[in-house]
Amino acid sequence: MQRKTFNRGVAALAAAAALGIGGAARAQQQVEIPFFYPVAVGGPIAKIIDGFANDFMKANPGIKVTPIYAGTYQETIVKALTAHKAGTPPVFSVLLSTDMFTLIDEDAIVPVDGFVKTAEDKAWMGSFYKAFMLNSQAGGKTWGVPFQRSTVVMYWNKEAFKEAGLDPNKAPQTWAELKSMATKLTKKDSSGKVTQYGVQIPSSGFPYWLFQTLTTTNDAILANEAGTQVKFDDPKVVEALQYWVDLGKAGVHPPGVVEWGTTPKDFFEKKAAIIYTTTGNLTNIRSNAKFDFGVGMIPANKRKGSPTGGGNFYIFKKASPAQQEAAFKFIKWVTAPERAAQWSIDTGYVAVSPAAYETPPLKKYGSEFPPALVARDQLPHSVAELSTHDNQRVTKALNDGLQAALTGAKPPAQAMQDAQREADRLLRSYK
Amino acid sequence: MAALHAWLLLLPALVLLAAFTHWPAVATFIDSFFSTPRGSRPGVWVGLENYQVMAEDPVFWKAVTNNLWFAGATIPLSIGLALLMALWVNERIPGRAAVRMAYFTPTVLPMIAVANIWLFFYTPQYGLLEQVTGALGLPSHNWLGNPSTALACITVVAVWKEAGFFMIFYLAALQTLNPSLREAAAIEGASRWTFFRRIQWPLLMPTTLFVLVNAIINGFRMVDHVFILTRGGPDNASTLLLYHLYEVGFKFWDTGYASAISVVLVVTLASVALFQFFVLDKRVHYK
Repeated sequence: MQRKTFNRGVAALAAAAALGIGGAARAQQQVEIPFFYPVAVGGPIAKIIDGFANDFMKANPGIKVTPIYAGTYQETIVKALTAHKAGTPPVFSVLLSTDMFTLIDEDAIVPVDGFVKTAEDKAWMGSFYKAFMLNSQAGGKTWGVPFQRSTVVMYWNKEAFKEAGLDPNKAPQTWAELKSMATKLTKKDSSGKVTQYGVQIPSSGFPYWLFQTLTTTNDAILANEAGTQVKFDDPKVVEALQYWVDLGKAGVHPPGVVEWGTTPKDFFEKKAAIIYTTTGNLTNIRSNAKFDFGVGMIPANKRKGSPTGGGNFYIFKKASPAQQEAAFKFIKWVTAPERAAQWSIDTGYVAVSPAAYETPPLKKYGSEFPPALVARDQLPHSVAELSTHDNQRVTKALNDGLQAALTGAKPPAQAMQDAQREADRLLRSYK
Repeated sequence: MAALHAWLLLLPALVLLAAFTHWPAVATFIDSFFSTPRGSRPGVWVGLENYQVMAEDPVFWKAVTNNLWFAGATIPLSIGLALLMALWVNERIPGRAAVRMAYFTPTVLPMIAVANIWLFFYTPQYGLLEQVTGALGLPSHNWLGNPSTALACITVVAVWKEAGFFMIFYLAALQTLNPSLREAAAIEGASRWTFFRRIQWPLLMPTTLFVLVNAIINGFRMVDHVFILTRGGPDNASTLLLYHLYEVGFKFWDTGYASAISVVLVVTLASVALFQFFVLDKRVHYK
């Protein structure tokens, strides 16, 4: 390198460094709060989140919100916890509500209660649906703030119902009805190959969650509130699994493990007449289905019900107090009724507070498109999503058992006993 | 002074190697004898407990069997296919450049994108595979959702991906062979098969060894399409070692146990590599 170019390079570096210092000085007045969020349903989620961040920054010039798309829920928690262990976690993050115990055990997050000071804050904390708080509180503290929350609902193809001679406006209400309607809805071609299954319940990714639609309606609860005990081998749980396996055996449900990601597409392509999926797919299905469809509550057996699901905001412990306060401010802003209502309309997720359903935009949307209200109406019957200490591993034990039963490798009772034994072993040290 | 100069020149490489290769390996080895630190509880010395957990972990053994099966299928298939493709595109065939490019394409595509495409190939009822089997009047099959076919499906994607990459090495090696050998064989009236078996194949041996080393390493570090296609399921039917390692380390955050698995994986691969370099390497050169 020639000396002249070298000198010029040094000068440029020095200038850049000086600018950098200037930049740092300016940043002192502005708090920067990066946050990680996952995308788990179809639709322009990233665009909507960026819009929220921009609107918030316009109203609060002292805070710079940087949303960072981090993949699926699973990838997001891996990134957030790795960063936490390396000492530089995001200031806050949207993560699965069921990962609460894991985050507490890793000493990664702070309870939200510490930021609640005014009467207005207290009112905000009390404004959420009780069903969503089941997965947000532990040990008398609130750790997560509900944001992109959902429940499992049933979607049915009204045209397929008409073709099968069923009333298109009457969804199955019970397990027995579901099975008999699914039998009528299953179509075969001349060679006996199934071209349309009556019902499809996905079982990849998080089979336990879809399985909870069956255990809940069979009046079984999978885990205690402290997250230290599970009941996978409860006879009511085995009975629920038997029902799922029997749907496959009867040929009205696809065999083997059914992919979560392609299930909405199977519905648009008329390969499945009834599907179970998150209410978060509502907007996706609405914009892609070329036929009239209905959204209904999960068919009941002993009772109605569905697990809640989805993500909460968590504030990380290693962020500075100023950043944590700023994050709290953003979380409060974004979960306020008018934003929650907009979020629900744009995505299909359930708005997190009853007040959101009282706002004019969501009221109007609900009256024009009543399926948007099904998930809300199901909330009073909803239970907590399976969440325990060492959550991912305990859940995997159940998932493996479910897949073993669905693929015919083990009978349901044995699959659930094996899962129970594994879960007991894992949870031993948390009692 | 000269020695100092030499060390200074080596320093950048040494620092990088130590920081990104040697130190992590040593740290992993040490961590494998400690329990996993959780929150404010630090890790404590547990001796061989993590290794004992591994010996008793049925998922680990399932991953080992799956991985041996996977490696046993991908290594010969991808090498054989690579050789066939290289021999073919080495000839003067019409559209040679296009065929070469087509064979090499899988190698340059990002794995995650490719896996997503294959996911739809395998989709029951309307995937590409189903369209073909359906047209032939065969019954519908859930390729990825059935424990007996899930691993085979992943193997097919891996072979498809690897073969094009290995083809490049074979093609390069074939082009360095002396053309007078072929002319001599033609004069002697040797058949194409004899020419391949007695001349080309022995001369390609060093390349085959190099490709084999790569194939074995790839056979045990395969993880990306497992994520998209099956996530190790159904019921661990397609779990491979590295995927199991990922789950233990980054899903369950059991870093102590994950370190023990890493150590076993590294030791196994290192011994295979040493065997190849010290034993096989002496035998592959045609003199």
